[in-house]
Amino acid sequence: MTSDFSPSPLFARVERARRRKHKFSDEQITLAHGSGGRAMHELIEGLFLEYLRNPLLEALEDQAVFEIANGSGASRLAFTTDSYVVTPVFFPGGDIGRLAVCGTVNDLCVSGARPVYLSAGFILEEGFPVADLRRILASMRDAAEEAGVQVVTGDTKVVQRGSADRIFINTSGIGVIESDIQLSAARAQVGDKVIVSGLVGDHGTTIMIARGELELETEIESDTAPLGTLVREMIEEAGSKSSLDAIHCLRDPTRGGVATTLNEIAMSSEVCIEILEDLIPVREEVKGACEILGLDPLYVANEGKLVAIVAADVAESIVARMKQNIYGQDACIIGEVKREPQGIVSMRTNFGGTRIVDMLVGEQLPRIC
Amino acid sequence: MKFIDEYRQGDIAQKLAKQIAHLTDRPLKIMEVCGGHTHTIFKYGIEDLLSENITMIHGPGCPVCVIPLGRVDDAISIAEQPGVIFTTFGDAMRVPGSKTSLLDAKASGADVRMVYSPLDALKIAQKNPDKQVVWLALGFETTAPSTAMTILQAAKEGVENFSAFCNHIMIVPALKALLDSPDLQLDGFLGPGHVSTVIGTRPYEFVPREYGKPVAVAGFEPLDILQSIYMIVKQVVEGRAEVENQYARCISRDGNRKALEVLFEVFEPRDYFEWRGLGSIAHSGMKLQKKYAAFDAELKFNVPGLRIADPKACQCGEILKGVKRPWECKVFGTACTPETPIGSCMVSSEGACAAYYNFGRLSKIAERSTSNGESKSAPMSVVV
Repeated sequence: MTSDFSPSPLFARVERARRRKHKFSDEQITLAHGSGGRAMHELIEGLFLEYLRNPLLEALEDQAVFEIANGSGASRLAFTTDSYVVTPVFFPGGDIGRLAVCGTVNDLCVSGARPVYLSAGFILEEGFPVADLRRILASMRDAAEEAGVQVVTGDTKVVQRGSADRIFINTSGIGVIESDIQLSAARAQVGDKVIVSGLVGDHGTTIMIARGELELETEIESDTAPLGTLVREMIEEAGSKSSLDAIHCLRDPTRGGVATTLNEIAMSSEVCIEILEDLIPVREEVKGACEILGLDPLYVANEGKLVAIVAADVAESIVARMKQNIYGQDACIIGEVKREPQGIVSMRTNFGGTRIVDMLVGEQLPRIC
Repeated sequence: MKFIDEYRQGDIAQKLAKQIAHLTDRPLKIMEVCGGHTHTIFKYGIEDLLSENITMIHGPGCPVCVIPLGRVDDAISIAEQPGVIFTTFGDAMRVPGSKTSLLDAKASGADVRMVYSPLDALKIAQKNPDKQVVWLALGFETTAPSTAMTILQAAKEGVENFSAFCNHIMIVPALKALLDSPDLQLDGFLGPGHVSTVIGTRPYEFVPREYGKPVAVAGFEPLDILQSIYMIVKQVVEGRAEVENQYARCISRDGNRKALEVLFEVFEPRDYFEWRGLGSIAHSGMKLQKKYAAFDAELKFNVPGLRIADPKACQCGEILKGVKRPWECKVFGTACTPETPIGSCMVSSEGACAAYYNFGRLSKIAERSTSNGESKSAPMSVVV
């Protein structure tokens, strides 16, 4: 439908307002500023960037990619950081420790990097049981081993009861990019295919149910997993079939879900991303839970999934290769990149209509990662 | 998903839409009273399926949208009092009062908590005996029984630190007010589904009897809505006016007797209650009966209780009455967006403006439709 898109005056008027650079005028931080939606973007672009601007930060990718000169040439490195405040600390399919390793590892992986070293900073609330800390550390150790990284530096702070909620973890990571691959949210091209690596919405739904407020019982588990081998195999496949250049963008759709990630790509690349509702893989239990909670699985966080924008001619073979990986078994193409309307994600619904899939506005699920 | 997908089948929708188009080419205006229906209509692009002679008018059945500014201010003032834990449904958090919202109040230090049910609020009260826990009771007869049940339980268990700030409203007085409004010419109503699970379909029988307009009480899936539109158009074409029940899988004529008993036990009608956009409507609000006065937050706390006019730029009133359509509001999508709502119709996902903004912007509906046949296109002036 978007091939013959002609903007209505109303659409154009709203788009002009949407694109206008918003001055950050809020007087205090509310939970909406941390939700991964538009309020957070305004905070980052309107405040953090204003004070800390530089070319690397300005790209607003999930990691910074830069070169460090060494004796004979230069190494390309990826560097990222993330803080973890999930509640509950333990949930089906993982815990804050596994999350803290995988989340940061994945932010490195989606730049094409091989993650190497992590740092870990712990903020512990007075009274936190050491038995729980042991459990968390064991799962960090296991996740690091699986991801092939080492935690090589760290920090610990203990705060008074009430100054933090049990345990917060920050991890930073460094990875090496060993190929010439260039991945960026700004590189999606008209005709590209959109791939997701598996079932969407598992993590956010699990956390919501694990809080026990809803008294729902399901067997859904968080998908928290390191995606290093999956990414490496995708890059290998692209290299063998055409060129590394065939993969244009990789992202891990965490907070704000697949919808927010696709919006970021559509905006950065100035393209339209059109997805088909009946191609999006969602577990029946997740659909059911979201239906009850009034959520849309497209906006629910994932912690072991990636979204890939790849050239159409290699899309099928990349998907076939992904399916061989344990973390890519349900990989599939969910849509493609169109020219117009720019900066918009649209979805063809099973019902036969087309609708906008916009950025998330407010808080959908607090403290999921 | 079983029992859901069946009601979302596109091929059946196409057939139904064709059948509706075959019935008549007469221009018809049908109001969906309920915000849940508005959400579905925009989410699934139902208006794009309908032929041009049928216009959907989005009614006042979104409880978050019709809460007046003054009541939001009252809620915030209670939340800001020391020793209060203020509990609310999530979508009321962002509703702007005259100055701030509950979300802002929370960020400034008020203890505002989102809960899924008033019973959760009662649990919080039992866990925090040294605090006053207030429940922001909001909604039509749909949610009122759960507030009533909670009050009864609080009374039974002697939970003295729990109270409700009651803004429950009733659908029938609002419908009457709309039908009596001279600037509104409607050909039929989609009756609200959730409310009717409680009150049944009998209370709507005055609509065909006294006003000669057809009603079809509708479910919330897109095929439910299309079928209900078909039922209304068919009534109009056949010269009938009656209450039909499309949502018979959930609704009976007499409603849920148990829920109604609880409602009558706990609440009584207020003489007047103010609705945003519609003004004061007699006997349209509920308050706690005297015997439950100990649980009435309006009596427990000092609230400003001021009537505050809507911001000038905001046309929520006209939109809630269906006189204007969302895109005809001058600030729609420019100064008033879901991130920075000026009017309440832009806050709740059931509000007509938010539903259209979130889902409908690619639809061509704004170009073809008019409200009351006046303007042919959306106003272009941008007020910021």
